Amino acid sequence: MNFACLAILFMSGLTISNAHPRLYWGEWGFAPADAWLILPEFPGWMTIPGTYNLAEARLWHFLAAWPFALGLAIYLVVALARGHFREFVLRRSELRWSTVVADLRQHLRFDFTAHHGRFNLLQKFLYIAVLFIGLPLMIFTGLALSPAMDAAWPWLIDVFGGRQSARSVHFLIAWGLLGFLVLHVLAVLLSGPVGQIRDMITGGRSPAEKLT
Amino acid sequence: MIGRRVALGALMTGFLGACSKVATSGPGASLLGAVERWNEATHRLITSRTALAREFDKADISPTFRGNGTTRPDAFDYAMQEAAGFANWRLAVTGLVERPLSLSLGQIKALPQRRQITRHDCVEGWSAIGEWAGPQLGPILRLAGLKPEAKFIVFRCADNFGGVPYYESVDLIDAFHPQTIVAHELNRAPLPIKNGAPLRMRIERQLGYKHAKYVTGIEAVASLADVGKGKGGYWEDSAGYQWYAGI
Repeated sequence: MNFACLAILFMSGLTISNAHPRLYWGEWGFAPADAWLILPEFPGWMTIPGTYNLAEARLWHFLAAWPFALGLAIYLVVALARGHFREFVLRRSELRWSTVVADLRQHLRFDFTAHHGRFNLLQKFLYIAVLFIGLPLMIFTGLALSPAMDAAWPWLIDVFGGRQSARSVHFLIAWGLLGFLVLHVLAVLLSGPVGQIRDMITGGRSPAEKLT
Repeated sequence: MIGRRVALGALMTGFLGACSKVATSGPGASLLGAVERWNEATHRLITSRTALAREFDKADISPTFRGNGTTRPDAFDYAMQEAAGFANWRLAVTGLVERPLSLSLGQIKALPQRRQITRHDCVEGWSAIGEWAGPQLGPILRLAGLKPEAKFIVFRCADNFGGVPYYESVDLIDAFHPQTIVAHELNRAPLPIKNGAPLRMRIERQLGYKHAKYVTGIEAVASLADVGKGKGGYWEDSAGYQWYAGI
C-alpha cells in the first residue's frame, strides 16, 4: 500500500514535471533563463499515465497523496506514542567523529555485521532523515504549490521562500527518497534478504538474541 | 542483469496497464473523479471564504508576464476591436440576473477599482507576478442583481480555442471573493494582448486556466450542465482538467 502510493506519487509526479520541465528558486519563474535546472523529458515507462496527460496525472497524484499523507501522520503519531523511535535515538558516543567515520567505512566495505543496537549509525541517520524530514517535507512543499492553500496558510510560502522554491525542493526530495529506496533495497539484498525481510515483518530479534 | 531488467520492465508495464485500466473503468474513474471533490471540500473547510491570496510588493513583480494559451485571438471581430483601441468593447452581464447589463470599458474603469500584486500559478507549474487593476466582480453582480437560483458565474471569451470560444466558470464563493476582479490593467498599463486585452478575470486562489482572458460576457447560471459539455470550462470539457483548480 505504502509502496504503491509512493510509486504512483513519483511516476505521476514525473508527468507533472514533463508539463514544465524547468526548476526555479523564489516565487516566480517561467523562462529558461530564470531556471536553475532544465530537466529532461521523462519517458513514458517512467510516468503515470504512460502517455502525456497532465490532467489525469494530477488526479493520480492527489489520489495517492491522501492515503500517503494521512498514513504518514498516523504512523508518526502512533510510533511516537509507543516510543518506537527510541531505537533511532543517537547516543552521544555514536556522534563522535571517529565513530561516524568507522561506520561509514564499514558501510562502504558492504560489511553489515557489526551492530550496536537494532539499527546501526547510518541507518539511524537515514531513517530519521526520511521519516521526520524527507516525507513530511514532501507533503508541505506539495501543499505550498496550491494557490488556495497558500491563501489559507501563507506561512507555507515563507518557510520555503516562494512557490517555485517549494516546487524545486519537492522535486529534489522526491529523487532523494528514490535514492534512499535504492540504497535501502541494496543493503537488504547485500545483508541477507531472507532474514531481513523476516525481521521487517516480525519486528526482528533483540540484540541479545543476536549475540547468542 | 538483462533478465532483471526485463522483469522490471514487465512489472512496470503491468503496473502502468493496471493504472490505465483503473483510470478508465467505472469505480477507478469515479475514485479519480472524487479526489477533486475531496480537495475542494477540504479547502473550503480549512480556508475562510475571504482568505486573501498573498499580495506582494512592487519589487517582487516579475520582469515580464508570460502569455499562455491564446496569446492573440484570431477572430476578425477581435482584430477590428484592436484596431479601434478596444473603444467599442462591451462586457455583457446576463443569465439569472434581475437587470442585465452591457458595460463599456469607460463604465468599467469608472467603478471603484481594486489594485493587487499577485502571483499567477499555471497548472503546468510556472509562476509570474504582476500588478492588476480593475473593479471587483462582486459589486458588478450586485448591480445586476443575482436571482436566488444563480449558483455559478460563467465567463464568455472572445478567443477561439480548438474551434470554440473559451469559457470558464466559478462558484459564488470565488465570484464574490474580494480579490476576484475584472482586470483591465497589468503593471499600470492597459492589458497586453497576450495577457487578455482588454479585460480578463483574476481568480487569485485558483490556477491560471480559471482566469479567463478576452472576457466579453459574464453569465449567471443555476447549473453547469448546459455550459459547454457540462464540466464548466474549456479545459475541463476538452482535456479533463479539474473544475476546482485551487490545487
